[in-house]
Amino acid sequence: MNWKTNKRLTWAILLMLLCLFTPVRAASGDVDVQDIVFSHIQDAYTWHITEWNGKEISVSLPILVKSEERGWDMFLSSHLHHGNTHHNYYIATEGEHTGKVVEKNRKGEEVRPLDFSLTKNVCGLLLSCSILLFIVLRTARWYKKHPGEAPGGFIGLMEMVISYIQDGVIKEGIGKEYKPFSSYLLTVFFFILINNLIGIIPVFPGGANITGNITVTFVLAACTFIAVNVFGTATYWKEIFWPKAPIYLKLPIPIMPFVEFFGVFTKPFALMLRLFANIMAGHTIILALTCLIFITTSMGLAVNSGMTVVSVLFCTFMNCVELLVACLQAYIFTLLSANYIGLARIRE
Amino acid sequence: MSLLTPDTGLLFWMILSFGIVFVILSKYGFPVIIKAVEQRKAYIDNSLETARQANEQLANIKVEGDKLLAQAKEQQNAILKEALAEKEQIIGEARQKAAAEARLQLEEATRRIREEKEKAIREVRSEITDLSIAIAEKVMKEKIGRDKEQQNIIDRLLDEVSFSKS
Repeated sequence: MNWKTNKRLTWAILLMLLCLFTPVRAASGDVDVQDIVFSHIQDAYTWHITEWNGKEISVSLPILVKSEERGWDMFLSSHLHHGNTHHNYYIATEGEHTGKVVEKNRKGEEVRPLDFSLTKNVCGLLLSCSILLFIVLRTARWYKKHPGEAPGGFIGLMEMVISYIQDGVIKEGIGKEYKPFSSYLLTVFFFILINNLIGIIPVFPGGANITGNITVTFVLAACTFIAVNVFGTATYWKEIFWPKAPIYLKLPIPIMPFVEFFGVFTKPFALMLRLFANIMAGHTIILALTCLIFITTSMGLAVNSGMTVVSVLFCTFMNCVELLVACLQAYIFTLLSANYIGLARIRE
Repeated sequence: MSLLTPDTGLLFWMILSFGIVFVILSKYGFPVIIKAVEQRKAYIDNSLETARQANEQLANIKVEGDKLLAQAKEQQNAILKEALAEKEQIIGEARQKAAAEARLQLEEATRRIREEKEKAIREVRSEITDLSIAIAEKVMKEKIGRDKEQQNIIDRLLDEVSFSKS
């Protein structure tokens, strides 16, 4: 066992040396942390991968816009790099639409066309959707091919998770009539989970901040809102407009009905914000911690190497936490959705 | 703040892709898996139940077998006892019969012996009679030759005999 310890020691020393020398090479110019962080957690028209010797390595994504005056247009985002203008479209650098594709209309005003571009988030979304479809359909196909058999490996893991969500969350949350909502809640769970997990992966096809985008969480929360209120029972609506409360809270000023009715909207709103804030905050913290290394390059070797070690340690820790949060947030979203649906299914 | 305002393009793509994923998965994905798992669960439950019943039956069979064995043993014992009793009885009867036979034989023998004895006695008697008659004849012949009186006796005797004969 001695040579193994020695090997570990050698690796540790090598890594330490790497930590000591790499920051010196990276030190060039000021680092705009806010810009780095925001450009990551927000949507973008190009998928930035890295910068190598001052050259940007990125994937150009197609831009699909419909101008009110000129109709549909489609081109690659590389045409708009570095403030270039293509077909009268350019990316705004200031004002209301900063970072978005805009055009000048006849009056010379800067307006935003209908933008259906395949942005970074859209591509990440499509990628994770494909992965999700592939995984689940492959699992389903395995069951069709092996009736009555117990799976192992990845299929077994999928079965365990699906059974857990089905039995522990959906049946518990909704009750007897869980069947029509089971597929929706399972889809939501796996959708959020896979997007969260892909978001943690820092290299190219991963890393898109999908579930940390308010649009995505808005759609998910809206789906839950529809599932809750469209399939709500008469008792559920009665509880909202005529809740079991002392009469002076309902007449003449309907305080309780107002609170209850407000609750109908705050519940999905909370769902939306919780998921968005958790994932976005996770991405922000990890990015900020990584940027710590580059900020401290100007403060001398000792401070910088010390901060590098701290940053790597914290980043590792935060990534572990994010892994937990990724699973936890998917679970919580599903659990709360199931509970809201269950509450709307009450009968006298 | 652009972070908190939903983007139209992304909204469109999100609704589209999530809708497609949801429709496909709720048709070909999760229900298939859940159904398969539930079927398997039902199958396992059934199998367990069947196994339990089989075990129970097996235990019953064992108990029954034990019961049968005990019964057989009891029967065997009873038969043995009966056989023993019968044996004793047969032996007793045989003994009694033998005793009776022996007694009969003994009686027969004594009867025969007596008969033989009587016969012998009779024979001896007739012999004795014959002898005495012969002796008497001889005695008589000598006496009759000498005396007239003797003739009278013989006559009388003859008379007696003929008288008894007539």
